[in-house]
Amino acid sequence: MEKLRLDGNAAAGTLGEVFSFEVTTAEYACGGCGRTDRLGGAMVYEVRGLGTIVRCPSCDNSLIRLAHNRGRYWMDLRGMRYLQAEDVAG
Amino acid sequence: MVAVRPRRLLWRLAEVVEVVPETSRTKSLVLEVPGWEGHKAGQHVDVRLTAEDGYQAQRSYSIASAPEDEKLVLTVDRLDDGEVSPYLTDVLMAADKLELRGPIGGYFAWEAEDGGPLLLIAGGSGVVPLMAMIRHRAAVGSDLPTRLLYSSRSYEEIIYREELENLTVRDGSLEVIHTLTRSRPEGWSGYHRRIDAEMLAEVAWPPDESPLAFVCGPTPLVEAAGAALVGLGHDPARVKTERFGATGG
Repeated sequence: MEKLRLDGNAAAGTLGEVFSFEVTTAEYACGGCGRTDRLGGAMVYEVRGLGTIVRCPSCDNSLIRLAHNRGRYWMDLRGMRYLQAEDVAG
Repeated sequence: MVAVRPRRLLWRLAEVVEVVPETSRTKSLVLEVPGWEGHKAGQHVDVRLTAEDGYQAQRSYSIASAPEDEKLVLTVDRLDDGEVSPYLTDVLMAADKLELRGPIGGYFAWEAEDGGPLLLIAGGSGVVPLMAMIRHRAAVGSDLPTRLLYSSRSYEEIIYREELENLTVRDGSLEVIHTLTRSRPEGWSGYHRRIDAEMLAEVAWPPDESPLAFVCGPTPLVEAAGAALVGLGHDPARVKTERFGATGG
């Protein structure tokens, strides 16, 4: 199975399909180790036919898992304590 | 209440205006993109190829042109076992169409008003988004002190070599420092090893001048340079990184 190792910058287009805010500057708190950082700096793995996994660069915990299947997006966000994004509209 | 405009990215069909060889492995694609709304230096686009059987492969490529430039330029490094890059560098020709979406990314982006001093650290084709910053800086006539530390395997593989030389001749506030990791021409007096903490200590401004650093290249280089800068006392919030995947393409 082909697996692409990217970072949060490269995956911003794919994550932007579901999030309307700028994802690379959004800040997460890792549910595993508590690290807080911007998603642009996180590790991302894209697995062909499965989806995208965003991982914490400190502890490898999966922060976001995103799949697209039969016209629906599936999101698992359990790996984050929070995700905080800039409100550009307000 | 203000209506929030959805900013979901649309796939657009760009037309290739020109394909310009940069080195033996890299080419610049000059594109006309109908409806393009501009970009910030450092941003990228996603490129999508669709095979006849419907199979799609998608990759990210950094924008090389300045926001002020008339055409959008991507510089693509050919990865021999890549799924997308060999098509872009070896098959694509002027007048061909290419599907892309963007601009993408607000984290690894720089505008002249963000200031500096600007410390740019590149490995191989990691120079591409940094070149967009250098071109943007030149286009707006900025004299912000800027240093590019650029690691290439050999002299022949330095992307934008002549343009960088010309820019540094014209502009005393821009310095370009090369390091060559595999082979070097006879009489080469510059660095000839991988970027390390000692090199960064020599090239970078001291932490108390709080340079704004952008590091882009293969993952090991980015992790080593990023860690070395923080180890030297630079504020991690002012060290921005963009890594290339080990199996990208």
